[in-house]
Amino acid sequence: MIRRPPIYGLMAEFSDPNELVAAARRAHEAGYRRMDAYTPFPVEELAEAMGIHRTRLPFLVLMGGIAGALAGYGLAYWTSVIDYPLNVGGRPFNSVPSFIPVTFETTVLFAALTAVLGLLAINGLPMPYHPVFNVPRFALASQDRFFLCIEATDPLFDREHTRRFLERLVPRAVSEVEH
Amino acid sequence: MVEPVETAAEQAPLIEPGHTFRSVTDKISAVVLAGKTPRGWLVGFGVSFALAMVLLTSVSYLLMRGTGIWGVNIPVGWGFAIINFVWWIGIGHAGTLISAILLLLRQEWRTSINRFAEAMTLFAVACAGLYPIIHMGRPWLAYWLVPYPNTMGVWPNFRSPLVWDVFAVSTYATVSLLFWFIGLIPDLATLRDRSPSRIGRAVYGILAMGWRGSARHWYRYETAYLLLAGLSTPLVVSVHTIVSFDFAVSIIPGWHATIFPPYFVAGAIYAGFAMVMMIAIPLRRFYGLEDFLTMRHLDNMARVMLATGLFVAYGYMMETFTAWYSANTYEQFMMHNRFAGPYAPVYWSLILCNVVVPQLLWFARVRAHVTALFIISVIVSIGMWLERFIIVVTSLHRDFLPSSWGMYYPTMWDWSTYIGTMGLFLALLFLFVRFLPMISIFEMRTLLPEAEVTEEPA
Repeated sequence: MIRRPPIYGLMAEFSDPNELVAAARRAHEAGYRRMDAYTPFPVEELAEAMGIHRTRLPFLVLMGGIAGALAGYGLAYWTSVIDYPLNVGGRPFNSVPSFIPVTFETTVLFAALTAVLGLLAINGLPMPYHPVFNVPRFALASQDRFFLCIEATDPLFDREHTRRFLERLVPRAVSEVEH
Repeated sequence: MVEPVETAAEQAPLIEPGHTFRSVTDKISAVVLAGKTPRGWLVGFGVSFALAMVLLTSVSYLLMRGTGIWGVNIPVGWGFAIINFVWWIGIGHAGTLISAILLLLRQEWRTSINRFAEAMTLFAVACAGLYPIIHMGRPWLAYWLVPYPNTMGVWPNFRSPLVWDVFAVSTYATVSLLFWFIGLIPDLATLRDRSPSRIGRAVYGILAMGWRGSARHWYRYETAYLLLAGLSTPLVVSVHTIVSFDFAVSIIPGWHATIFPPYFVAGAIYAGFAMVMMIAIPLRRFYGLEDFLTMRHLDNMARVMLATGLFVAYGYMMETFTAWYSANTYEQFMMHNRFAGPYAPVYWSLILCNVVVPQLLWFARVRAHVTALFIISVIVSIGMWLERFIIVVTSLHRDFLPSSWGMYYPTMWDWSTYIGTMGLFLALLFLFVRFLPMISIFEMRTLLPEAEVTEEPA
């Protein structure tokens, strides 16, 4: 088992998204990988600066949609052709056009549920406790401040060295994040 | 060549200048976090709640006595219940249009209105969903609509539009709720971090699920949000298409028409935008949100109303043309009966409300006049209700055989149920405005000039 570092990480606070993106880019260039940025709204450039390139989510949603389509059509087919074949107005038991609306709806339903549950699962939410909230000023991350946190589990992390590195990025403040 | 003239409303900004991340956050969350509830809110909520109790009374009496308390009978078996179902669900569609389609089309002005329009969708779908259930006669058996293995050994008939409806409306309600909730999470985190009360912090904290605004989370969030928008767009079209199939798949004159799906979808958006306008205008006045809900928004909504109103007018025209061109006696009689039959005053009021009055929206001066917009929206909402009345009642009351003709008159209980759902809708809307941010705070932040990343190292 890996020894738990004494602190969760070091966090720098910025008041402008430009500064944060520049800082994240510098940190990435310096070789830090186990870090995260926290912003009150999505900043597209951040993902690129931090080297985040892709997510599995679209693939999962596609799979959810396919499963939904199969489930919807399967339900209509099995009930109307196999389990309880019923002649309705002389239509074939497998009435393809009539089964499309239900198939379409279940496709959308399963895909949307996958998108939402997948998003929460991959993001690890709900999460009742997270160390970053131990920084008192972090409450501003949902309002008007921008934070960069380099985590202690990063191989390059060194309490003194990393703090000096963050201070060179001219943040408003650098604070230690307790576990 | 004619130079296009920019009207004042077109030049108006989406957010009045001078706002910062902090001021946007303060202004919108203050409505929710204010310790004191405004008196106007209490009065409004009280009246709406009283009307919701009228609904409760009406439904209770209905459960005691059965659908005989309504004016429905043979030949008109689909009275207010179906008219109101279609009307409410149509209203809901504007919310999805604003949140999904305008997002995909990168219409940034949607940001100020999408949150409460989505809430409006949910509440309208709740009112809509009630009607088919209470119309069943034995509503306690409503679960028979759902395909579940049962001791009777039967299944729903998947060839029936009424079963499609069950799937469409329940999927629509679920997906709208998910879309709305996902959009709320970052704002719930803001409220959690700002709430002065312990209870507020706890409740918003639980709902925000530990959202911390991580860049990785935002990246997936944006992907998921876009995917949901992409899924909701065909969904909203499918829902009203399927609602129109309830009519179009039958062989009743006036219902059996291929124009029904597009004409219903356009009508839904038309009615929905009218409702968004009717909600937005009082809200921005009462809560002083003119900085975020600017004249530009009202102007854009008025244009959407005008455009969809023209689609609907085209629908009326083609219905008439098709009836004439079909050379079918019954179709022609149906149209003649609409123009000059016993419900002719309703038909001509509908034309006045939906086709004539909205032409005023061509004028920029009308679109810049808040009171005029409000009145036109009310008229359009009435017009769209009359349209559903005409579709449901005139086709049923005189079909193929004169021996089976009859008249439909709503009773007091029809009206009280209808007014009651308006109470329910408004009461839910009042609660929403008081307890959740009615404008998406995080999306408003992205519209500010300071949110722009120019990549210049600071």
